[in-house]
Amino acid sequence: MTPLLDVAELSKRFPVAASGGALKQVRRLLTRTADEQSQVHAVDDVSFTIAKGETVGLVGESGCGKSTLVRALARLLDPTAGSIRFSARDLSLVAARDFAHDRDRGRVQMVFQDAGESINPRFTAFDAIADPVRRLKHLSGAALVETVDKAARQCGLPLELLGRYPHQLSGGQRARVGIARAIAVEPELLVLDEPTAALDVSVQVVILKLLARLKAELGMSYLFVSHDLSVVRLLCNRVLVMYLGKIVEAGPARAVFDNPLHPYTKALVAAVPRLDGNGVAKLRLSGEPMSPIDPDPNVCRFYGRCPRGADLCRAKMPALRRAAAGREVACHFA
Amino acid sequence: MTAVPALAVEDLSVEFRTRSGVVKALEGVNFAVGKGETLAIVGESGSGKSVTAYALMGILDPAGRVTAGRAVLGALDLISASPSQLADVRGREIAMIFQNPRTALNPIRPVGRQIADVLIRHGNVPRAEAPARSIDLLRAVGITDPARRAKAYPFEMSGGMCQRVMIAIALAARPALLIADEPTTGLDVTTQAVIMDIIAELAGESGMATIFITHDLALAGQRADRVVVMHAGHVVENASTRELIAHPSHPYTAELIAATPDSAPSLDALASIPGSLPDLRRTDLPPCRYSERCPRKVERCDAPLPRPALADRFVACWNPL
Amino acid sequence: MTALAGTIRHARYVIGENPVTGLAFALFVLIVLVALVGPYVVPIDPLASDTVEALKSPSLRHWFGTDQLGRDIFSRVVVATRLDFGVAVWSVVLVFVMGGLAGVAAGFFGGWIDRIVGRIADTIMAFPLFVLAMGIVAALGNTVTNIVIATAIVNFPLYARVARAEANVRREAGFVEAARLSGNGDVRILSFQILPNVFPILVVQMSLTMGYAILNAAGLSFIGLGVRPPTPEWGIMVAEGAAFMVSGEWWIAFFPGLALMVAVFCFNLLGDGLRDIVDPRRRT
Repeated sequence: MTPLLDVAELSKRFPVAASGGALKQVRRLLTRTADEQSQVHAVDDVSFTIAKGETVGLVGESGCGKSTLVRALARLLDPTAGSIRFSARDLSLVAARDFAHDRDRGRVQMVFQDAGESINPRFTAFDAIADPVRRLKHLSGAALVETVDKAARQCGLPLELLGRYPHQLSGGQRARVGIARAIAVEPELLVLDEPTAALDVSVQVVILKLLARLKAELGMSYLFVSHDLSVVRLLCNRVLVMYLGKIVEAGPARAVFDNPLHPYTKALVAAVPRLDGNGVAKLRLSGEPMSPIDPDPNVCRFYGRCPRGADLCRAKMPALRRAAAGREVACHFA
Repeated sequence: MTAVPALAVEDLSVEFRTRSGVVKALEGVNFAVGKGETLAIVGESGSGKSVTAYALMGILDPAGRVTAGRAVLGALDLISASPSQLADVRGREIAMIFQNPRTALNPIRPVGRQIADVLIRHGNVPRAEAPARSIDLLRAVGITDPARRAKAYPFEMSGGMCQRVMIAIALAARPALLIADEPTTGLDVTTQAVIMDIIAELAGESGMATIFITHDLALAGQRADRVVVMHAGHVVENASTRELIAHPSHPYTAELIAATPDSAPSLDALASIPGSLPDLRRTDLPPCRYSERCPRKVERCDAPLPRPALADRFVACWNPL
Repeated sequence: MTALAGTIRHARYVIGENPVTGLAFALFVLIVLVALVGPYVVPIDPLASDTVEALKSPSLRHWFGTDQLGRDIFSRVVVATRLDFGVAVWSVVLVFVMGGLAGVAAGFFGGWIDRIVGRIADTIMAFPLFVLAMGIVAALGNTVTNIVIATAIVNFPLYARVARAEANVRREAGFVEAARLSGNGDVRILSFQILPNVFPILVVQMSLTMGYAILNAAGLSFIGLGVRPPTPEWGIMVAEGAAFMVSGEWWIAFFPGLALMVAVFCFNLLGDGLRDIVDPRRRT
């Protein structure tokens, strides 16, 4: 069965301004060619699939490339290499700048972390939800109002609030507007970039349940980015763990958290605070991640911070390989 | 509590004057922290937990006023202290770290100097020795290559490193009490674990008392000896952590626990908290500010709440679980 | 509550809160009224010379006195309001359009547009601004239109820079990304997302530039460029009156100078008040 989304060898590199004083820069300019400019490897050779109706979680620390990855998937950014197949059509062939006019624009939508910032402060809630409906579904007049109202109702947003501006709404209400806007065009894939990070725990529960219900009702697939592992455990079927631009582990959410295979995932799971306070785990990561600028392609990205650091880790980059049923891990020793 | 607490807050009440009315942000807040104890103040946004911290440090917004109460630290009442007394005490006896480390640090001053400033002002360290001592402190908070980092500026460091620097600054003069206002919100969970470890370790070494403020009940559950739960400016429950999590007394505490993802085996088991915060500008606020959204409300709940006592366990409820 | 109603309510609060702002607004309205209606209601023809009445000090008949040709200074000051105010308004509108659009495009698209706009701004800034204005008017010809153009050119870098910075910041904003997801291309995003958020900030700048524009026009006229006598214009009147200060006829230069000062003062205070109204952080 063709998966809904098939990402293959996706990479995104950003050129980075060279550091150093004027003399160094000039010398560098004279001796180097354009190709040799330093690059930040934000996303490096990432491959995964999302099936129809699946919820896939994406976790990793800040700077690991999750935001860049999802923005490339949502076609806000152009990848440097790789393909993004959506129902067998490679979306990466259309430039991000032109994708706004593409017929498939409405099939992939996104919910942002800071709902308040993602709504134009001069737009009412109605305007915000109506914008994609106007542009992508080409509706207007009564049909438009009906679609917006339906989306609002599905998200539990009282219709009286549609005339309000973002600063007149609570955090939870703004989150609902963001979700209503994203589902109003009935996308097949919804990318959620930490949608509940800025919300109180009680509001978070409401929004998470709403997301689960919407998924069941509308049959969407979700790519749920979060740094909160407890939430990912509850909401996601599968989870991808990212570290410095690479996927280091993938598998069913429960299995990955109950029995992590990659050393980074182990440290991540050990660091999550538990309500029952069961022992402060001793597995701690020291230091900082290595630099994403021009990393050595033969060295495992986790080397140096990993409790285990064998010579093999420095000589050969571990590939993401199958470990057990449905599980993948990129480590020589997992 | 048999020993003299490091900090005893009694009946603290704070108001804010705004264009749309007077906000009764805090009312009758009572709690105490013992020496070497870690206390977590837990609550959602609007509960008043940060206002409490700011009132203790004397850095409330100009629109805010302490209308009643005392906060006794050692021999000094922080609330009625004069600005110069407060300036002496801040840094030396009581220190604070903030949520966003980057904005709390001076962006145009190398971090080593910022630590040295505290050492010189409060730590009675001679000016010549301060740079070396700063480097020692940076090492103690787990910053690698501290001699080089001491010359770095905050923008050159990651969020986690800035937070460590802030801890170093706060602990430079070995205060008796550290207040940490959401110190790890915004940091990755791995960095959070390391930061909380550092605070716990340094506190353990010097017998420092710690108050940390958080909305994350799981974090409190893991790190605190005692938890104070706040709702709409009131302390609703105060108990040892194990007791609170295992046997919550106040209905709000129970709801908070039920809403924490970690507590639930599945999404359906998670419960949201009914109702919403009352508007603190109202003049007709009921004595129990949770009563309007409480499923366990009885007639007695219209009467003034039981007076908080600095006992081992306290719950502000006439119909506790 | 609509955005407009909210803005008006906030505006009334700001004006009420600070009496100086209220005064500035009132004064501004007065200046506009004088500019619109003044020429029709002045008691005496501003161009009429009456050598018998020359150099008379302020009196009940001539509130501001008369000048060396016997012309009523009060009427001249009032009529000049229209000219000076007009120059100010038109310069500001022109530079807003030119500089604002160029700056927004530079900040939003970056690349070669940014480089070109940047170089143009740099070139303009390389000159002492008044000298540049003089040069432009001298080259293009001595007309009021050219004063307007010169003032606009001279202020271009400022507007371009402010607009560019605002557009640059907003380019990465969440709501711009959301607009892209909703199927909006670059042009629509510029028009509906970026410009409406940049415009209020430029409006504040405009009120400040108006004061400068009037001074610029007056300054150019003072040295003989721009407006020609006998057209009443505050700058020319000050120039003509300057010679008489020494001999004691202070009123010829004083009153037009006072009008200039009051106008510039008013526009600057207006800018402060506008900033308070426009800045969303000042709102509750």
